[in-house]
Amino acid sequence: MLEIRWHGRGGQGAVTSVELLALSAIEEGKYAQGFPSFGPERRGAPVTAFNRVNDKQIKIRSGIYHPDVVVVLDESLVALVDVAEGLKPTGILLVNTTKSLADLKKIIRFEGKIATCDATGIAWKELGVPITNTTMLGALLKVSGIVKLASLNAPLEERFGRIAPKNQAAAKRAYEEVKIN
Amino acid sequence: MSEKKWPETWQEVNPGCMVFRPGSAAAYHTGSWRAMRPIWDNAKCIKCGVCYIYCPEGCVTEDADGFFEANLDYCKGCGICAHECWPAAIKMVNEEE
Amino acid sequence: MGKRVGMEVAIAAAEAAALCKFDVASVYPITPQSHVAEHLSDIVNDGRVDASFMTVESEHSALSSAMGASATGARVVTATSSQGLLFMGEVMPIASAMRLPIVMIIANRAVSGPINIWNDHSDIMYMRDTGWISFFAENGQEVVDMTIQAFRVGEDRRVMLPVNVNMDGFQLTHMIEPILFPDQEEVDRFLPEYVPYATLHPDRPVSMGTLGMPEIYTEAQKAKDVAIVNSIKVVKEVWKEWGKLFGRKYEPIQSYRTRDADVALVTMGSMGETAEIAVDALRKQGVKAGLLKIKLWRPFPFAELKKAVKGIRVLAVTDRACSFGGPGGPVCSEIRSALYEESVRPAIVNYLIGLGGRDVQVEDFMEMVRRAAKGKLSEPYEFYGVRG
Repeated sequence: MLEIRWHGRGGQGAVTSVELLALSAIEEGKYAQGFPSFGPERRGAPVTAFNRVNDKQIKIRSGIYHPDVVVVLDESLVALVDVAEGLKPTGILLVNTTKSLADLKKIIRFEGKIATCDATGIAWKELGVPITNTTMLGALLKVSGIVKLASLNAPLEERFGRIAPKNQAAAKRAYEEVKIN
Repeated sequence: MSEKKWPETWQEVNPGCMVFRPGSAAAYHTGSWRAMRPIWDNAKCIKCGVCYIYCPEGCVTEDADGFFEANLDYCKGCGICAHECWPAAIKMVNEEE
Repeated sequence: MGKRVGMEVAIAAAEAAALCKFDVASVYPITPQSHVAEHLSDIVNDGRVDASFMTVESEHSALSSAMGASATGARVVTATSSQGLLFMGEVMPIASAMRLPIVMIIANRAVSGPINIWNDHSDIMYMRDTGWISFFAENGQEVVDMTIQAFRVGEDRRVMLPVNVNMDGFQLTHMIEPILFPDQEEVDRFLPEYVPYATLHPDRPVSMGTLGMPEIYTEAQKAKDVAIVNSIKVVKEVWKEWGKLFGRKYEPIQSYRTRDADVALVTMGSMGETAEIAVDALRKQGVKAGLLKIKLWRPFPFAELKKAVKGIRVLAVTDRACSFGGPGGPVCSEIRSALYEESVRPAIVNYLIGLGGRDVQVEDFMEMVRRAAKGKLSEPYEFYGVRG
C-alpha cells in the first residue's frame, strides 16, 4: 500500500489532485482513499491532503503519519512547513520548483530521494494559469509508478470537460520532465 | 509563523474552557496564508484611509507620514484594500516576487 | 448491474437517496454534512429526481417540515450533524411517535462545548431514546447500502418508523473511496413505491400529532416501544434480502475472528475497520484478539449480542461519546446492562476514544486490547489517551 501526503494552499487544488488520483486508481480496479486534512476550508492557507492506494481493500482509517511520497504543490510552503516530516527515509519528496537539488537541500531536511518538476512553468504554458495540481499528478505518477498515466484521462475528462486536454497535456509533460535525483 | 497553544493536561483546562489572556488571537499569524501581498504606491496615495477602514483583518496601519501599510504577520492577501483604493495606489503582487 | 466508482462518501449518500426517488428533501447545511445538503439540492435542481428541496432556515425547521411532508405521503430525506441534530431534538421523538418513515443521514460530529467540528458519536447518543431506528455504517459502501435499506425498513407497514443512517463526519463524509452503486432498476425492484398508512388529505380526514392525556400516554408509549422492538425482525429480513441481491452481508452485530477470541474489541462506525487491522496484527503476535462491530444500534440487538459474546473472556468496548456524570460510554453501559442477567458473561472494560476527531491508530487498538486482558481498568471508563 502506498501512502501519499500533498502540501498545497487552499484554492490551489490539492484536494482535487487527491480526488483525481483516487479516481484513477479506482478506474484501474485498484482500491484508494483520498481525503483532505479535515477542517474548515480557507483560501490561501497551507493545507494537506492524503491518498492511500492499494491492490486490496483498504481498511485503515486513521491519519497518515509516515507517507511513502510527499508532493509539494507550492514551493513557498517549504519555508513554512516541514514538508518532509514523517516521510519514510526510503520515500520520495516531489517538489514543484525551479531550484537546483543543491539549493533545495539547503532548505529541506530530507536525506532521501528528491524529485523536482517545474510544474508552475508547465502549467503556465499548457493551462495559462499557475494551478499546478494536475501537472504535479503527472510527475507523481512517474516517480511512484502507482497508477498508469492513461488512467488519469477519464477522471480528467469527467472533471474538466472542455479543458481536459490541456490538463492531460500538462500532466504528460510533467510525467516526462520530472527529474528524480 | 506562530504556534497554537493549548493546555497540556486536562487539569489545566480552565472551567468552561475560558481563555483569560486577552488578545490571544494575535499569536496566530495568519500572514502565512498569503499568496499575494499589497504594495502601496505612495506617489498615488491620497491618504483617504479607505484601505485602513476596509481591511477585514484590521491589519492596515497608518505610519508617521500618513501613508498606509499592511502588517505582514496578519495580512492574508485578500486584496480588498487594493479593490477599494480610489486612486488605484495599491497593487497585489505574488508573494515570491 | 451497478457501477464501481470512486466518490466522496457524502456525495454518495445523496446519490443513494436519489436512487430511492425521494419526493422531498428538507435540509439545513452544517459541517461536515454540508456536501450531502448541497448535493441533494443539486440533484433536485438538475431535475434528476422529481422532488422538492425545502431551503429551511434551521434544522428544527428541517425536521418539522420533513414531518409535515411525510404526513402528506411524501418519501422524505434529511441530513444533519451535531448541534443541528440537537436543534431538531425536540421534534425527533415526535417523528417516531407519529410513525413517519423519514430517513435522516447523520454525519456524526462532536457536540459543543468546546466547539468542535470533527468526528465522534456524541450527537447521535443524545438521540438514543427518541425511538428512531439507527444504523451505523463503517465505510462508503455501507453508507450507500444502508441509506437505501433505511427507506425500505422505515416504510414497511410492520415498522412505520423514522430511520437514521450514521456515518463518521470527515472520516467518511470527506473520504473518496470506491463504491459499487446498484443501478436504478435494482433499487426500484428492492424499494417499491411508498404506500403510506395514512396521509393528511381532506377526503380522508385524520388528525396526526395529537395530545395524549395521562390516561393514554403510557399505552401510546408502549405501542411505540413494541413497534421499534419488533422492527428488528424486518431489519434482519431486509438485510438478508440485500445479501441475496447484492452479495453484501449485513448483521446487527458483525463478528470478526471471535470464534476463539480471548479479548474482543467492540466498535461502531468506521473505526471498526482500523480495529480489524489491529486484531490481525495481534493475532500474528499470538494474541487471541477479536472484534464485534455493531451495525444496528436501535433497536438494540440484545439476542445477537448475547450470542456474539459467548466464549469471550473480556470485552473492550470503545465509545465515542460520554454520558457525563453517568456510566461513561453509552455503548458500554448498554452492553453491561444487556448482559447483567447472564450467568456467564465477559468482563467488560470501557475506553472513550476518538473524541472530537482525535485520531485512533492501529497501535492504539492493540494497546487497548493488551490492557483489557486484565479484565479491569483502573476506572469504570477511561478517556483513552487523555493528557494529564
